[in-house]
Amino acid sequence: MAVDSTDGTLFPPDSGAGPELIQLLTPEGERVEHPDYAVDLSDDEYLALYRDLVLVRRFDAEATALQRQGELGLWASLLGQEAAQIGSGRALRSNDYVFPTYREHGVAWCRGVDPLNLLGMFRGVNNGGWDPRENNFHLYTIVIGAQSLHGVGYAMGVQRDGTDTAVVTYFGDGASSQGDVNEAFTFAAVFNAPVVFFCQNNQWAISEPTERQMKVPLYRRAAGFGFPGVRVDGNDVLACLAVTRAALDRARRGEGPMLIEAFTYRMGAHTTSDDPTRYRLSAELEEWKLKDPIERLKAFLHKQGIGDPGFFADLEAESEELGKRVRNGVRTMPDPDPASMFANVYAEPHPLVERERAEFEAYHASFVDAGEDGH
Amino acid sequence: MAPAQSTGTTRQMSMVQALNTGLRRSLESDPKVLIMGEDIGKLGGVFRVTDGLQKDFGEDRVVDTPLAESGIVGTAIGLALAGYRPVVEIQFDGFVFPAYDQIVTQLAKMHARSLGYVRLPIVIRIPFGGGIGAVEHHSESPEAYFAHTAGLRVVSCSNPVDAYWMIQQAIASDDPVIFLEPKRRYWTKAEVDTAATPGPLYDSRVVRSGDACTVVAYGPMVATCLEAAAAAAEEGRELEVIDLRSVSPLDFDTIEKSVERTGHLVVVHEAPSFLGIGAEVAATITERCFYHLQAPVLRVGGYHTPYPPSRVEEEYLPDLDRVLDAVDRSLAW
Repeated sequence: MAVDSTDGTLFPPDSGAGPELIQLLTPEGERVEHPDYAVDLSDDEYLALYRDLVLVRRFDAEATALQRQGELGLWASLLGQEAAQIGSGRALRSNDYVFPTYREHGVAWCRGVDPLNLLGMFRGVNNGGWDPRENNFHLYTIVIGAQSLHGVGYAMGVQRDGTDTAVVTYFGDGASSQGDVNEAFTFAAVFNAPVVFFCQNNQWAISEPTERQMKVPLYRRAAGFGFPGVRVDGNDVLACLAVTRAALDRARRGEGPMLIEAFTYRMGAHTTSDDPTRYRLSAELEEWKLKDPIERLKAFLHKQGIGDPGFFADLEAESEELGKRVRNGVRTMPDPDPASMFANVYAEPHPLVERERAEFEAYHASFVDAGEDGH
Repeated sequence: MAPAQSTGTTRQMSMVQALNTGLRRSLESDPKVLIMGEDIGKLGGVFRVTDGLQKDFGEDRVVDTPLAESGIVGTAIGLALAGYRPVVEIQFDGFVFPAYDQIVTQLAKMHARSLGYVRLPIVIRIPFGGGIGAVEHHSESPEAYFAHTAGLRVVSCSNPVDAYWMIQQAIASDDPVIFLEPKRRYWTKAEVDTAATPGPLYDSRVVRSGDACTVVAYGPMVATCLEAAAAAAEEGRELEVIDLRSVSPLDFDTIEKSVERTGHLVVVHEAPSFLGIGAEVAATITERCFYHLQAPVLRVGGYHTPYPPSRVEEEYLPDLDRVLDAVDRSLAW
């Protein structure tokens, strides 16, 4: 990757294909070796990764369909980013802690968060809705990049506790422009915090391409902050697993933060409210389909003869079952009691909230006397 | 810092010393309490509120941070999620705004977003208000921005005794607290009995009793209103002065009881009158005390202008004369 000396723009355009790209599985499904990063997986472990990839894609497709059917107000699809999320998610130990954006459905899956919990926010029945401590998976954060600082702060906490927990904070190419992400880099660097910055560069921040966010390849920014940055093939689940595992171990050893740029592609729209045909060419999507994260692992499994027909048939059935569970779960997800909006505003009693709740309840109770038709 | 003079459990302290001693007590009593901010370590903070604390509690508990306010509050949130109780110092009122997003979109809402699972016991200390001849961005009164946000508590001490107790109570709170310190009163001294039992953090207090007119203030304006009350007393008018102490939650009951007796209410703050705390007090007390009021609730506050250059700030800030002028207008209504 060269940077034009006159105007600083990337030249040639950043295809991600340079020698810095860490890859262990080619788009054609060939295993390749890398001098610094390796995985040594059993057949069952390969199959487990494949199962994860297939199931989260199925879950995601179901959620998109449910939005189209009016069951969800919005959905942010992870289509195309499954390998980045499953690879990094499966690198985590149970005591590690994750700070996600709002698109980390695959990471949530790896953490054991019930997929239905992820949908509450998008259906509009809550604004978060799970206990982050249960799976060491923080609430989804919608304000772009804000969670990067929470991750660094959490890492500063475990550093003080002296535990071997490592923290991963996720963000995207657009978020790399945010002040919070840059402040997070600074804090993590000067305090040597045990945190891994996992950036899924999916090439698009809604309609804005990476050229509008950066003048140098994203992973190189880390050098300026004083910690290593690497670029990994974000559609290669094996490489994402190997690199994230190495970065977490490094953090655990007290060697400080690391930036991983997972070079990937948002194959769907930004959200179900978005229309990518207004700003990008379908040829680009077709090109990335050839690098599909699931197809390449499937090709590898077939070439290696890993997985019998029974495995694939069972997975297909499990996938259908998951889709059905999500569909039914969303459709029967109850609306919250309106008065619950007054709950948990504060941890300790607050007289204004209590007064307004009482007024709200009295107002609604006033219709009861008027009978069914009085509302 | 000069050692405070001591007699038994009572010592004379400036507000700075009282805050410093209160912070020290919290650091001693709870190992999870951390202090973080810019220049708070070796320097002891630009106002010396944290003087000596890093030396005694170490760099991991009294943390000099990078110069980035959003970073300070954002990492404090992460530390709180990891079980710590961070006390954040924002160096001056006008520098809180880079952290405003973290405070309003993250800190204030996370407890509710998590359905109550997450608690963020974070205190954000902000020296606020004018009157010290500072350059711009060093004299602001941003309390209404924070009081308008559900999930935050907003308190302000007006004297060293409250400073000593309120900072410890704020740190003990499981909710985020914006702790506003009236910087022009930092050097005010008082006898602080460290063995006393403090009142509830969010209760207002009648600091001078009277029957002619109720005057409500908080933070730096309490002293101004007490001076006005002393002057009024010389003319035979007894003003009842209430120190709000907390603007969220706001203790209307104490004001209501007073106005039921006096029939007159003047609210005083440095922040602009328009859409300020005084507007809320006026609206609520008018609703509660409509038939007791002998005059509309009057406000004395800053103007709808940028905070002016310091050579004219005395004309912007409410003073004894402006308070008494409002009292006169109320009584003459």
